Amino acid sequence: MNVGALPPARMRRLTDMTTFYAILMDGMIYASWLFLVAAGLTVIYGVMRILNMAHGSFYAIGAYSAASLVGWYFSSNGEANPYWSYAILVGCALLAGLVVGFVIEQGLLRFMYKRNELLMVIVTYALLLILEDATKLVFGVDPYFTYQPYSLLGRSMIGELAFANYDLALVGASVVVGGLCWFVLNRTHTGKVLRAVIHDREIAVAMGVNVRLMFAGTFIVGTTLGALAGALTAPSISVSPGIGVEVIVLAFAVVVVGGLGSIEGAVVGALLVGLTRSMAVHLAPEIELFVIYGVMSLVLAVRPQGLFGRTVARKI
Amino acid sequence: MKRLKHIVRPMAVATIAAAAITAVASPSVAAENGKFRLGVVTFLSGGAAGPFGVPSINGAKLLINALNEGKVPGPYGQKGINGLEIETVVIDENGGATKQVEEFRNLAERHKVDAVVGYISSGDCLAISPVAEELKVPTVMFDCGTSRLFEENKTPRYVFRTGLDAAIDNIGAARYVVDTNRKTSAVASIQQNYAWGQDSWADFRAALTQLKPETKIATEQFPKLFQGQYGAEISAIAVSKPDVIHTSFWGGDMEAFVLQGAARGLFDKSAAILTCGESALDRLKGQAPNGLILGARGPFGAFAPKNELSEWFHKSYVAQVEMAPSYPAYKMAQAILGLKAAAEKAAAGKTGIVPEKEKVLDAFTNLTFESVSGTVAMSRANGHQALQGISYGEYRYDAKTKQASLANVKSYAGDCVTPPDGTTAAEWIKAGFPGAKCGN
Repeated sequence: MNVGALPPARMRRLTDMTTFYAILMDGMIYASWLFLVAAGLTVIYGVMRILNMAHGSFYAIGAYSAASLVGWYFSSNGEANPYWSYAILVGCALLAGLVVGFVIEQGLLRFMYKRNELLMVIVTYALLLILEDATKLVFGVDPYFTYQPYSLLGRSMIGELAFANYDLALVGASVVVGGLCWFVLNRTHTGKVLRAVIHDREIAVAMGVNVRLMFAGTFIVGTTLGALAGALTAPSISVSPGIGVEVIVLAFAVVVVGGLGSIEGAVVGALLVGLTRSMAVHLAPEIELFVIYGVMSLVLAVRPQGLFGRTVARKI
Repeated sequence: MKRLKHIVRPMAVATIAAAAITAVASPSVAAENGKFRLGVVTFLSGGAAGPFGVPSINGAKLLINALNEGKVPGPYGQKGINGLEIETVVIDENGGATKQVEEFRNLAERHKVDAVVGYISSGDCLAISPVAEELKVPTVMFDCGTSRLFEENKTPRYVFRTGLDAAIDNIGAARYVVDTNRKTSAVASIQQNYAWGQDSWADFRAALTQLKPETKIATEQFPKLFQGQYGAEISAIAVSKPDVIHTSFWGGDMEAFVLQGAARGLFDKSAAILTCGESALDRLKGQAPNGLILGARGPFGAFAPKNELSEWFHKSYVAQVEMAPSYPAYKMAQAILGLKAAAEKAAAGKTGIVPEKEKVLDAFTNLTFESVSGTVAMSRANGHQALQGISYGEYRYDAKTKQASLANVKSYAGDCVTPPDGTTAAEWIKAGFPGAKCGN
């Protein structure tokens, strides 16, 4: 960026420490959220080679389940300990992810694993449309508003700016999720087997790995991660129809920048997108809409496989 | 025998298909079934359904049922419309302007509706307006706020709008900021990045600068529609230390912005004015700070004047839906009442008939009618656009009673905030609001 070309007001803002902290903190918080949203998508693609368009629906299901149950908890238990609502948020996500992931994997996807990757995109897109309508049927079209867990933690001052502690906790949650994913993949027996499946599915089968079981487990984990992202986001937004469709585009941008199927890539992609967007909001808000896709285009122009993606020869 | 099968089977299929087509198409035949057929178009799905579509369809159902039973007070005691039962064809507005034009053609040509009431999206209004004129269907736009509706359709015949132009929201908002003696040395803006947000900000900025020339703009944020996460925008606004924050956010975006901003103390030192804020009055509860300035795009919802009709509507809505009606419910009811008033004026006492279309149009033009929001005069855009005042007030929440209310309400008469015919809002503001009648 040619800083010298910036107009004086923007130049002042750029050198202002408050703006600097704000860019850093906002970028980190947004990146954490992006990573939480994208983690499940990249896990599923990494292991199963399924570009899961329905991931946005898992996010929405997590958000709706959490918002409705936490809302019920606060409305029906006036005297209850409000801090239990965090356990409900996480519990909802785990339960919703497990159930939805299991049903979809066992009821649909396991019959289609040998199909072309492009066909799977269409199948999961159809699933997205079905789940969008199913969500409306179950939860209705009225927005759900579950603000208590968001405001309960209060706020902290960083420099002159106040940040919601819930948002800061979200950074911690994304570090935990990212760390767990890394640990399982790199430091456990299951992780080694999964990496073998990722490296060469056919050889893994020949070596006695139960690939079907690995696929089922991975899909359920990916679904649960999507639902967890939705559940953790629910207290800070108005949960309404269409939220799943909105996030899927962002999640794709992050995993494409980082490299499809790479957890490290999702971390770097989320940070890159989050910080760039934050800079745009503070210094040049008029280009904010464009900046995420600008980053994506730039990365793809230089590395079409994404920052951490591997080029793989296609079998014909 | 085989040959006979070849003949009989296709014939049977054709007969069944023809029967099915007839069954589906039957509404077109039933246009003269002694009922007044009304097309009702609003968002039943998508992001606008919750805050706008659902309250408006609830309002429509409630009012139409009550009209059919003859239970509406005031001058609307006659059953249905001119004594005819109202029959509705409800269409989901979600899906974009192209789909809506197709749906409108269906309403006109297949369902043969007598009139259409609907449209929240400005894009849909602009797309439907020429089609309504072409197909000659009386169409009442109940909510969309685009100024372009009657700038593009300069000589409307079939199109009416009983809701207000969005420019009025923002001229009223600027007047409220000035009249409540807010400092404007740093004004921040956050708007959804599409025509609605950009136009709203342009009108507010121009009006405020005209009323208080010393106004300075601190920051302008235009996040994507339905973005949901506003952390960076809130920081950017907080860093600019604004005296006033203006937003035309609606629906989930508006509620998320309030929630996230309140949690970070954004509204502690800045006065925030939300032109569509009233639609969330009963949902904001304790997470919105007292003092937030809310508008309802007219004298609707919590700003509705107290009279027999508005109190009946409020009470019936609460009894049926178990929550207070927000402004979209009022606006939908207003459009239906306007149509009823026009149709009955056109019928001139001959009850039990669908009045002649041309007479209904003549009666609707320049009509003054009673509504759930008070008296409405169709006195702009050659008698096709409603003229009403606008109100703003501060949010108050009582944690003990768990009830939200509005304080420091200020109302501005229609003539104070509406440009005269033939002048665009931008021209009127730039010229310093000539002819504005703002006497208290």
